[in-house]
Amino acid sequence: MDNTTLKEKVLSLVPGAEFLENKQYITFIIPVEKMHDLARNLKNEPEFNFDYLFCLSGVDMVKYLEIVYHLESTTHRHELVLKVRTADRENPAVDTVCDIWKTADFHEREVYDLLGIKFNHHPDMRRIFLDDDWKGHPLRKDYIDEVNIVEL
Amino acid sequence: MKETDFKDNSTLELFKKSGGNILLSSVDALIDWGRSNSIWPLTFATACCGIEMMATGASRHDFSRFGIEVYRASPRQADVIVVAGTIVNKMAPVLKRLYDQMSEPKYVIAMGACAVSGGPFYYNSYHVVRGVDHVIPVDVYVPGCPPRPEALLYGIMQLQRKIKLETIANPRKSPNT
Repeated sequence: MDNTTLKEKVLSLVPGAEFLENKQYITFIIPVEKMHDLARNLKNEPEFNFDYLFCLSGVDMVKYLEIVYHLESTTHRHELVLKVRTADRENPAVDTVCDIWKTADFHEREVYDLLGIKFNHHPDMRRIFLDDDWKGHPLRKDYIDEVNIVEL
Repeated sequence: MKETDFKDNSTLELFKKSGGNILLSSVDALIDWGRSNSIWPLTFATACCGIEMMATGASRHDFSRFGIEVYRASPRQADVIVVAGTIVNKMAPVLKRLYDQMSEPKYVIAMGACAVSGGPFYYNSYHVVRGVDHVIPVDVYVPGCPPRPEALLYGIMQLQRKIKLETIANPRKSPNT
């Protein structure tokens, strides 16, 4: 599927999606509540067949937290980037996609560990790199570590 | 820097030349010759310095010319640990344990900016140990990012100089044993 048809098909699936211009990949901002259904469709529909989640990352944009999903189809060779934003910094939560792509399991644990975004229905939502008794989430822009970090 | 300009430990060398027990110093000379020409390093690399360390061991630079000979995969068979790369807080206890498992006499070379002082990149962060000397005692510091194989070879030769000054009358002891 070429990029223009891919863009239109995704827009018809999720009318509320916002398309971002001039990106390396076709990029959409998806409303949080629609992400899980869309992900399942993209994986299961034969015309999409996005069977490979090659990256899942979290970003702290100060005003909101963002999760970025990089998808690829190994049969159709098309790629897609989805972004999900959550404005709630205190208790951010989005639905997990690790029931759809198993690889998301560890990626989501990493995002939770470093940015503190919780993933609903995740089978094993705990820290992956840092110690279990670690306080805070160090990749947050407002993370304070008076012992180790010198503010410049 | 030329070897002749490097005078930091030549005082010790001069002091040793100036006298000592004749019998002991001959035995010392033999033991030190053997030890300094067979320091086997531990296979331990945490970052890009490790690649440079491998290059030092490979055919072009070939540090077995100096008796460094062969990487040991077990700390119990190693004489020197070349700390090649950043040490993070989670790695520090592992490094300490490896060092503790090495048998005496044991030596440490801190290779590269990360092992010397925390490095040029991530030192101001929540997870980096700012210099491996916070964890284990260091014999030779090799600066660079990463140091060229020649620099590591020079560092190893400085370590050999240090070993050649040892005496069995006053054996080397690691601070924590």
